[in-house]
Amino acid sequence: MSAATDRYEPVIGLEVHAQLLTASKLFCGCSTAFGAPPNSHVCPVCLGLPGALPVLNRRAVEYAIRVGLALGCEVRRSSRFARKNYFYPDLPKGYQISQYELPLNESGAIEIEMEAGPKRIGIVRAHVEEDAGKNVHPTGSPTSLVDFNRSGVPLVEIVGAPDLRSAAEAAEYLKELRAILMAIGVNDGNLEEGSFRCDANVSVRPVGQAEFGTRTELKNINSFKFVRQAIDFEVRRQSSVLEAGEAVRQETRLWNDARGETFPMRSKEEAEDYRYFPDPDLPPVEVDAAFIDRIQNEMPELPSARRRRFVKALGLSTYDAAVLASHPRVADYFEAALAEYGAARAQGAKPVANWVINTLMKTARIDGLEAIFAVPAAHLAQLQKLVDEGTISLTVARKVLDEAAERGVAPAQVVEEKGLCQVSDVAAIEAACRDVIAAHPAEVEAFRGGREKLFGFFVGKVMKATKGQGNPKVVNELLHSLLGA
Amino acid sequence: MAERITKAEVVKVARLARLELTGEEIERFSTQLAAILDHVAMLERLDTRDVPPTAQAIRLEAPMREDEARPGLGRDDAAAPAPAWEEGCFAVPRIIAGDEK
Amino acid sequence: MIDLCSLTAVELADLVRSGEASARAIAEAHLARAHAIDDRIGAFLRLTDQKALEMADAVDCKRARGEPPGALAGVPVGLKDLLSTKGLETTCGSRILEGYVPRYDATVIERLRAADAVFLGKTNMDEFAMGSSTENSAYQITRNPFDPTRIPGGSSGGSAAAVAARMVPIAIGTDTGGSIRQPASHCGVTGLKPTYGRVSRWGLVAFASSLDQIGPFSRTVRDAALVTSVIAGHDPRDSTSAPRGVPDLLAALGRDLGGLKIGVPREYFVEGMDPDVAHVVRAAIARLAELGAALCEVSLPHTEYALAVYYLVATAEASSNLSRYDGVRYGLRVPAASLDQMYARTRAAGFGPEVKRRIMLGTYALSAGYYDAYYGKAQKVRTLVCRDFDEVFGEVDAIVAPTSPTAAFRLGERVDDPLQMYLADVFTLPASLAGLPAISVPCGFVGAPALPIGLQIMGRQFDEPTVLRVADAFERAAPGARRSPEVLP
Repeated sequence: MSAATDRYEPVIGLEVHAQLLTASKLFCGCSTAFGAPPNSHVCPVCLGLPGALPVLNRRAVEYAIRVGLALGCEVRRSSRFARKNYFYPDLPKGYQISQYELPLNESGAIEIEMEAGPKRIGIVRAHVEEDAGKNVHPTGSPTSLVDFNRSGVPLVEIVGAPDLRSAAEAAEYLKELRAILMAIGVNDGNLEEGSFRCDANVSVRPVGQAEFGTRTELKNINSFKFVRQAIDFEVRRQSSVLEAGEAVRQETRLWNDARGETFPMRSKEEAEDYRYFPDPDLPPVEVDAAFIDRIQNEMPELPSARRRRFVKALGLSTYDAAVLASHPRVADYFEAALAEYGAARAQGAKPVANWVINTLMKTARIDGLEAIFAVPAAHLAQLQKLVDEGTISLTVARKVLDEAAERGVAPAQVVEEKGLCQVSDVAAIEAACRDVIAAHPAEVEAFRGGREKLFGFFVGKVMKATKGQGNPKVVNELLHSLLGA
Repeated sequence: MAERITKAEVVKVARLARLELTGEEIERFSTQLAAILDHVAMLERLDTRDVPPTAQAIRLEAPMREDEARPGLGRDDAAAPAPAWEEGCFAVPRIIAGDEK
Repeated sequence: MIDLCSLTAVELADLVRSGEASARAIAEAHLARAHAIDDRIGAFLRLTDQKALEMADAVDCKRARGEPPGALAGVPVGLKDLLSTKGLETTCGSRILEGYVPRYDATVIERLRAADAVFLGKTNMDEFAMGSSTENSAYQITRNPFDPTRIPGGSSGGSAAAVAARMVPIAIGTDTGGSIRQPASHCGVTGLKPTYGRVSRWGLVAFASSLDQIGPFSRTVRDAALVTSVIAGHDPRDSTSAPRGVPDLLAALGRDLGGLKIGVPREYFVEGMDPDVAHVVRAAIARLAELGAALCEVSLPHTEYALAVYYLVATAEASSNLSRYDGVRYGLRVPAASLDQMYARTRAAGFGPEVKRRIMLGTYALSAGYYDAYYGKAQKVRTLVCRDFDEVFGEVDAIVAPTSPTAAFRLGERVDDPLQMYLADVFTLPASLAGLPAISVPCGFVGAPALPIGLQIMGRQFDEPTVLRVADAFERAAPGARRSPEVLP
C-alpha cells in the first residue's frame, strides 16, 4: 500500500467552522453559553416560530471581519446573506442563513512552517453563518431528540484552498488557523466542544498530473491527531483504489476513531440541491472603510509575527517561540514575566521561557481562551532573579515555586521564611567538608587511589549536611582542595 | 411545444419540498405547473443581460444590533406547541445513523 | 340611539374619549352584530368575545383613572389570522397550524394594543395568504356582503368582508400581490398597502418576505390614515423595516388636488378588461381632474410581465418560508416510522392544494439548473418593473388605475384554473413588486345586484400622504361610491 501511496500525490483542502465568541446568537438575543439545559436558550427567532425575523449581531460581523483581515482576505464592503434550504430536525426554519454569492471575506492566505520551509496556503473565503441545533439519539429509543440551544450561534466558515499536500501540512494548517483565531480573540479553539470543527476534502492524483482527482469529504474529525490519521487513511485508501484500476467515488465519509477508518455515509438517492437564494429578510450587510480600519487598528499581534519577534528580538529557538505563541494567554504570560524581569530582557528570555514551557504550562488551567497559571508573572520573574543572583539553586527554585504557588505568596518570602538562601560562607562549608571526609576514611582512601567517580559521593554528603543550601561552586572547590592532597 | 415540466421532475421537486403527492396530484400539478411555466416563459423575450437583480424593492442595509444576551422564551413556552416533547427536547422519529450530516 | 356599528373608527374613538360611549358598549354592539350575521358571511374564523370585552374594560378603566385613552380608544378591530397574537390561536387559514397558539405578539398587534384598540377576533383568509378569493382557507369560505354567491376577494377576504358588513370599523390585512387592495375593491371598502418597510413584519407569518406588507381596511380614508399612523414606523426587530419617521398622515387629508400631477397608465386599460369596470374607473379618474389634478397618460411598459415575475419571486420565497412547517416544533404532525415520511406526510396533510402548488413552483424555480432561467430572470425583470415606476414618478405625483380588472367573481368560478385566478391580481402586482404605497377606494358599482369597484392610487415610495390625499379628496367628492351592502340589515 505504501508503494502505491508513493505514486500518488494527495490534494487536501480543509473547511473549518469556528464559533465566534459573542454573548448572543447571530440573529437573536439568546445566550450562546455552552452547557445550559436543553432548549433553555431559545426564542421565536432561533426556534423558527411563524412570523419571527432575524436581526444581525454587530459583534459577529466585527469578529468575522477580524478573521478576514487576519487571514489576509479582501473584506467585501457589501455582502449578502443567503438561505441554504434543506430539511433536518436540528434546522428550525428549513433553511440555514449563510452566505453564498457575496461572502464577507474572500481570497486570503496564511503561511505554515514546514521543515522544508514556509508554505503559503490559500483561503478561498471566510463567511458568516448560523449554527444548527443538536440532535441526540438515546440508545434503544425509537426517537431522536432535538436541542436548539446551539441554533443560531454565529460561525465563521473558513474554506481553505486545495493547497495542502500531506496530512502533516493539513495538521499544521489547522494548528496555525486555530492559533490565529485564538490570538485575535474570536474563538476558543475547542475541538472537543465543537466550537472549532473541521471537514477535509481529500483527493489523490498520479504524481505529475495537473488535474485534481475525485475527492471525498471527511467529516467527524474532532482532534488534531484524528485529522492526520483520517487523511492518511483516506490517502492510502484512494491510492489503492486507483492502483487497482478502480475509480474513487465522490462521497462523504465519516471518521471512526475507534476503528481508525473512514467509512461512507449512507448515500442518499439524490444529490442535495440547497436552492440558495438571497435571504429576503436581510438586506445587504454594508461596512464602510472606517469600520474596517477600526477593526484593523484594534487587531492584536498575530501568532506568526509574535513567533518571529520571539526569535529575532529575544533569541528564542523557533521551537520555543512556536510553543509559547500557540496560545495567546501563554505568550502574554511569558511576555508579562519577561517585562517584570526587567532590564536584561534578552538574557532572561531563555530561562523564563524554560520555566513557562517546562513547568508553568503543564500545571496551567487552560479553558478555551482563558489560562490560569500557578503563580503571577511577577513572581515567576522574581524567582528567576533569585536564581540569577545565586540566592537559590535551580533545584531549590523548583521547590520554592511549588510552595509559592500553593501558599499564594512571593518566592522571596518563601526563601526568607524557610531560610533557603544558599550558603556561600566558606568557613561553614569547609567545616562540613572536613566532617564528611573525617567520617568516611575508606571512601577517601579509594578516591585517592584513583576512583574519581567517588567525588559525587562527597558532594552529595556535603549538600545533605548543608540541607541543600551549600553553593555548589564553593563546595566543589573546597572538596577538590581538601581531597586533592 | 416541448413539455415545460415532466412528471419525473414534479416527483423530484415534491421530494425536495418534502411533500407526499398522490398519483392524481402528480398528474394535476404537472399540467398546471406546465401552464404556469408557459406563461412565465414570456420573460425570455426580455434582454436582461445588463440588468441587476432586485431582491428588495426599497434600498436598505442590514441593521446591526448590539451583542447583548437577553432572556428568550423559556422551556415551557418552547415546549407548549411541540407535537412531541421528551427530556426537555423536541422528539422526532429516530434519525438513521447514515442520515447524519 | 346611535347605531355604533355604522360609525367610523375616528368617531368611535372620539365617543370613548369624551365618555359618550364606553368601549364595552362598542365592543358588545359589534360582537352582537358579528354573531348575528357572520354565519351568512364567514368573515371571522374566531370571534374572541371574552378577550374583546377584557380589552374594552381595560380601556374604560384607563379613562376612569383619568389617563388619556389612545388614538384607537375602544375601536373594534378584526385581525387577519396571519398575524401572530400571543395567547390567541393563529392558523394562517391552514390545517398545518390548527391549534397553534403563539407565544408572542406581532409588532402591529403591540402597537394596536398600545393605542387602546379592542380585538374582536381573527379573520378568514386564503391559506398562508395564497389566493385571490379566500376560497383557499382550510376552514371556511367567506362570502361577499354585496352578493353572497360571490367571493370577497383575497387573500384578506375575511378582513374586507368584516369591515364591509359593519362587524368592525377596522380590520388589519396583509398584501403581498394585492391581498388588501383587491378584496377592498370587491367589498366596497378602503384598503391601504403601505410602502414596503413602512410597517414592521415582525410577527407577520411570512408568505413572500420581499413583498409582504401589513395595512388597514376601513370604511373611510381618514380611518385608514389613522390606523396606518398607529401601526407604521421603524421597528428594530424587522431588518427590512425602514429607519425613517412617519409623516403626519391625517394632515394630508381634507385638501383638494390642486398642483398634483396624476398619471393614468395605458397598460391598465387593456382588452379583456370588463368594459363596465373600465367605464366606472374612467369616470372616477375624470372626477380627479375636477378636483384640480392635472391628468396625463403615462406608460409602464413592463406591466404585462409583472404576473410572471410575481409568481416566480413570491413562490420561490414562499417555498423556503414554508419549510419550517415540518411537524417538529409546532403545528400538525402526522406520525410516521421514519423522519422523511413524517415530513412528507405532515406537509401533504397540512397544506391545501394552492399552497402545495406554489411550494412546488417555487422549489422548481430555485432548483439547480433552473435558478437563472426562472428566479434569477424574475429578479432582473423586477428591476425593469421598478424602473418603469421610477421614470413615471419623475413626471407625476401619483398613478391611478383600476384595482382589479373585474368585479367580484362567483364562488367556485376560478378554483380549477390557477392562472385565471392569478389574473385577478394583474393590476395590483406591479406596485407590490416596486414596494410602492397603494390604496383602493370605492369608486362606483357595476351590475345588479350592484357590485363595488375600486380605484387604485399608487404613490412614490414612502409617499403615503399623497396617496391618502388623492383618495380622501375623491371620497369626499363622490359620496355615492360608498354604500352599505343591501342584503344585510
